[in-house]
Amino acid sequence: MSKLLSIRLVGILVGVFFVLAVLWAFLTGAFAVIQEGELKPATAEHEFHEHPNQYAWSFDGPFGKWDTQQLQRGFKVYNEVCSACHSLKYVAFRDLEALGYDESQVKAFAASKQVPGVDPQTGEATTRPGLPTDYFPSPYPNAVAAAAANNNAIPPDLSLITKARHDGSNYVASLLTGYREVPAELKKEFPDFALSPTGHYNPYFANLGLAMAPPLTTAGQVTFDDGTEATVEQMAKDVAAFLTWTAEPQLVKRKQTGWPVLIFLLFATVLAYLSKKQIWAAAKRKDD
Amino acid sequence: MSFPWAKEYTPTNPVMKFFDEKLPLPRLVYNAIGAGYPVPRNLSYFWNFGVLAGFFLVLQIVTGVILAMHYAANAQVAFATTEHIMRDVNWGWMMRYAHANGASFFFIVVYLHIFRGFFYSSYKAPREMIWLLGVVIFLLMMATAFMGYVLPWGQMSFWGAKVITGLFGAIPLVGEPIQVWLLGGYAPDNAALNRFFSLHFLLPFVIAGVVILHIWALHIPGSSNPTGVEVKQESDTLPFHPYYTAKDGFGLGVALLLYFGLVFFLPNYLGHPDNYIEANPLSTPAHIVPEWYFWPFYAILRAFTADFFFIPAKLMGVLAMFSAILVWFFLPWLDKSPVRSGHYRPLFRKFFWFGLIPAMAVLFYCGGAPAEEPFVMLSQIATAYYFLHFLVILPIVSQVEKPEPLPYSITEAVLGSDDKAVLGENAKPAV
Repeated sequence: MSKLLSIRLVGILVGVFFVLAVLWAFLTGAFAVIQEGELKPATAEHEFHEHPNQYAWSFDGPFGKWDTQQLQRGFKVYNEVCSACHSLKYVAFRDLEALGYDESQVKAFAASKQVPGVDPQTGEATTRPGLPTDYFPSPYPNAVAAAAANNNAIPPDLSLITKARHDGSNYVASLLTGYREVPAELKKEFPDFALSPTGHYNPYFANLGLAMAPPLTTAGQVTFDDGTEATVEQMAKDVAAFLTWTAEPQLVKRKQTGWPVLIFLLFATVLAYLSKKQIWAAAKRKDD
Repeated sequence: MSFPWAKEYTPTNPVMKFFDEKLPLPRLVYNAIGAGYPVPRNLSYFWNFGVLAGFFLVLQIVTGVILAMHYAANAQVAFATTEHIMRDVNWGWMMRYAHANGASFFFIVVYLHIFRGFFYSSYKAPREMIWLLGVVIFLLMMATAFMGYVLPWGQMSFWGAKVITGLFGAIPLVGEPIQVWLLGGYAPDNAALNRFFSLHFLLPFVIAGVVILHIWALHIPGSSNPTGVEVKQESDTLPFHPYYTAKDGFGLGVALLLYFGLVFFLPNYLGHPDNYIEANPLSTPAHIVPEWYFWPFYAILRAFTADFFFIPAKLMGVLAMFSAILVWFFLPWLDKSPVRSGHYRPLFRKFFWFGLIPAMAVLFYCGGAPAEEPFVMLSQIATAYYFLHFLVILPIVSQVEKPEPLPYSITEAVLGSDDKAVLGENAKPAV
């Protein structure tokens, strides 16, 4: 008995120790807040950062499907604009068949790209035309070259970009259409705010200063094969849709697999509930 | 090891007879989860989560073993092999999403299981050993989940590993050598990734072993129940099969509906986008946060922002975070109230619903929020209450509280009357 009592006594002492330590930290923090007169200093990044616009995507929702026309348009935007600086290293040419291209089109496209190879005669490193099994080649030989060509800001690989950002599809489309002048209110409110010399103001980017220059600037920059008018917003949305596909090529298959699984489980769960009810009826629970 | 009225296994099928003589596995199952295991008849749906936790452990082992067939624990290729699983392995994406969300569901059901234990004080005698083994399982789960999250070698994997192993660096004098020894280097790299993979594969089987002990220890006193009154007679119990197999079957169906809803329709909802960026030791993410199931403990770690006398703030945070779980080991002896169920403990109930639960909710929220005000101050108040609750309030409340009258028996609680109940005996707690 006395031993149990001592466990509780030690417990109370340890408890008081932790409580005092954390309250001490609280008081230190509270003192700092009172001294500064505000909970957290306001920053331009905090006040002028905007959440992505919400676009309607064909792949949204539990029944979402790819719009293959859109994916093809987005692929063209990537190929003609983004691929100058951004790699797509987890996507193989063979994957493009999912966008509605046939085998010969994929072969022809792969062959139009030079990929790293080995000279069969000399064994020297060289390049050769791509095969459908090859992956999209990187625009730079290595990270140092990528940094050197881009003011030290390495253009990220785009394969997973829409999964690697919050609300990725909307984020990419918003970012590409979000370039503007630094707002007058920002300059007024934060006179010290300065973009880095190589930065471009974009409220959708976390620190407002994006190293990438606006890549989509004029309507008709890319000519769409299906006759869709290539406005900047259209190109931005299409390439965001394409990058959603590159980030998760099985997105539609995933949703389509989910339905039979859930319907089966719903059926099984209803059966399980009914059998539970019947079995328990015998036990005559007063609250059942 | 069971109640005297437990049904005995009497096989009639010759094959089963043969097995029962040579290796009585069917008898073991019959006595563990069959008609040979009498269980209190009044268990609520809160008693489903043990079985569900067992289910998710098996699910994690099965999906994990399959993933390990396609994964390579090498810092050069780990991220790429994870993408290989997502893109090129047949149904690999489903296995990986099932495994990642399976970890989350394992924690959800285990947290509900622990919540049940707190409210009904399932840790009290004679069930202390079940509780102690349960806390061991929880600690092993945390270690396993942490190491599993490192394997895809994304940004959060890398920086999470750096932060968590950095905690050992807070130990005075020997901290840094220990950290270097644990990681096999000065920062997480191949050596760390390899050993994390090895341990991530091993620990689930250790968990399975401790789960067997947990269930073994459970079968000695049998399950507790919502009244907290111990089983007295046969009418207080029902055989596990078919009653609780049916009830657990329904519970499993509901859990799987929610789980597969997440796996197929929102598979990345509980994850962090930064983990789809390959690990980069030169680029620190803006906010390093662990997986959601560590948030309450992460909030406690970060709540200690000031040195306390000669103890550095970081060490204080580490001590508090580990103590926050270690304190659970002492619950059976800190809470000495003879009444188990929170339903009959008016004072305990107030502190539980208006103290512990809001404090846990605040810690949970603040652990996932950036380390800035007001979240830091909120988590400091919640942390103070957390320790106050377990180490000060619980021992004192259990001493001064006057419990409400308990039913004479489970039978009386369920059916409204018990022929064996002696008039007047209801007034005092019958334990």
